[in-house]
Amino acid sequence: MARDTAVKASNAVSHTKALAVFLIPFGSLFVLFYVVPILYAIYQSLLTVEREGTFGPAVQVFGGLTQYIAVFQNEPFWASIGRVLLFGVVQVPVMLGVALLLALLLDSPLVRGTKFFRLAFFAPYAVPSVIAAIMWGFLYSPNLSPFSAVTSTVDFLSAETVLWSIANVVTWVYVGYNMLIIYSALLSIPQEIYEAARLDGAGQFRIAFSIKIPLVVPALVLTGIFSIIGTLQLLAEPQVFQSFSNAVTSTFTPNLTIYSTASVPNMSLAAAMSVVLALATFVLSFTVLKLTQRRTAS
Amino acid sequence: MTESTDTRALRTQGAKKPARDGGIRESAVSRTVAMAVMAVATLYFLTPLWWLLVASTKTRSDFTTTNPLWFADFALFDNIAALVNYRDGVFLQWLANSALYAGVGALLATLFAAMAGYALAKYTFRGRETLFNVILGGVLVPATALALPLFLLFSQAGATNTIWAVLLPSLVSPFGVYLSRIYAAASVPDEIIEAARIDGAGEVRTFFTVATRLMAPALVTIFLFQFVAIWNNFFLPLIMLRDENLFPVTLGLYVWNTQVSQIPDIRALVVIGSLLSIIPLIVTFLALQRFWQSGLANGGLK
Repeated sequence: MARDTAVKASNAVSHTKALAVFLIPFGSLFVLFYVVPILYAIYQSLLTVEREGTFGPAVQVFGGLTQYIAVFQNEPFWASIGRVLLFGVVQVPVMLGVALLLALLLDSPLVRGTKFFRLAFFAPYAVPSVIAAIMWGFLYSPNLSPFSAVTSTVDFLSAETVLWSIANVVTWVYVGYNMLIIYSALLSIPQEIYEAARLDGAGQFRIAFSIKIPLVVPALVLTGIFSIIGTLQLLAEPQVFQSFSNAVTSTFTPNLTIYSTASVPNMSLAAAMSVVLALATFVLSFTVLKLTQRRTAS
Repeated sequence: MTESTDTRALRTQGAKKPARDGGIRESAVSRTVAMAVMAVATLYFLTPLWWLLVASTKTRSDFTTTNPLWFADFALFDNIAALVNYRDGVFLQWLANSALYAGVGALLATLFAAMAGYALAKYTFRGRETLFNVILGGVLVPATALALPLFLLFSQAGATNTIWAVLLPSLVSPFGVYLSRIYAAASVPDEIIEAARIDGAGEVRTFFTVATRLMAPALVTIFLFQFVAIWNNFFLPLIMLRDENLFPVTLGLYVWNTQVSQIPDIRALVVIGSLLSIIPLIVTFLALQRFWQSGLANGGLK
């Protein structure tokens, strides 16, 4: 961003008015619908409901960290966090591995018809999670599925398997999106880099492992972080799967737990859960970022 | 493989990847394995969509009795008619709502993000980097994490269960600001801004007449991804809306899907409704692919 500095000279004539026009619409909406809700949720999470006697009117009073203690003692909430972490540890590497493999193949001279494959793999991204989940719900069903030979012997909607059936839905939707980001990074690698390798007689495998993969690590980190965020926020797919499988409880994922807590309604506890979940997401994605930065630096 | 397809492939590849085909001839085995992987992947990604398309054309009895992956009696138009007539066309209302939330929301979100990103790229002012970092922090706050806080805030203002409860929060795209800033820094030369100043054009006018054109690929990318994000958003409408006339199509179909066990006939409507709700997105993506693919390549990850 060296070019930024060039405008500085004429900036001595300050462009305060123009800056205000440019920044105020986004800035005010960002404050109203990002910052204020977060602050309000924190405030709400510090309240607790008290009644005078058993039948007295409910009054909200300042309760300090009462709700946070309740969150930490809430076993279903932590079970749901554990469930999505398990989901993420398996699903995110599988999804990114497949996305990387397909991107490398698209970028290699081995494959013809790249344009078709690119669009075919990306198409599921245009399917809303709710619709994707409904569709796969049909495909998993023992009698309606086109693969009923499989689905009538293996129960994809049982308590043991349903988490992985949902993982497949998420993978189906997002592989193509992640593949395109990685593929874009591959396309931006200058061709000259391959020349030397080719002169040394390196084949496609060698080039992929020694040159391409190391150079797309930043893209993998980015897609990885977005996938981790997405995993912790899982909601639509399990919510839909509640119609197909009794194994998907109302506390299956953290967001489902928050939703069912808010519908009780216990807004303060739900707000505290939201704050904890947002912090957990932030810490986890930040840690991944830092860890991978350190590894690529050394 | 015929000669003509070979040369065409060479030509299209040659544009972007010179020298690559001139190198080592890859073995027939690697080629075959690679194409086999691509074929399996294509089946995996397209079979569910194919199933949905086929299922949408079937009568209710054929749906359960005929081969799910091939056509039977063609009843697509009957199914569509049944869908749009069901309960006074509530499905069309949902489609219109989704178009409103996603269309207006993405358009304004793109405009606001572009202005802010452009200002952050092309002007130096105190607190610029702090502001940018705060916005970047916003990228890491997922939309679903905000749904409940937004609900608390809107219910405080008595504004839940209104269009605004879904529309207003979707006008904010921190990722759009990030992408706009990177793209404006790389593709709007300072000389052009200077020239416009010398011509006496105001700063805001310069942005709208000159900069937006140069930033077009990034703007299309932001619009498209925000459009998809709003169209697919589920938690916010789920938590905000009670009146089914305000539902977006995803929420409406979700509610229908929960009713399948009580009203079995509604299953056919869920299938055809699912198909109709994804067609607008697939068409938009195909029509605009030239833009978003270059937008992703340029801004995605630098």
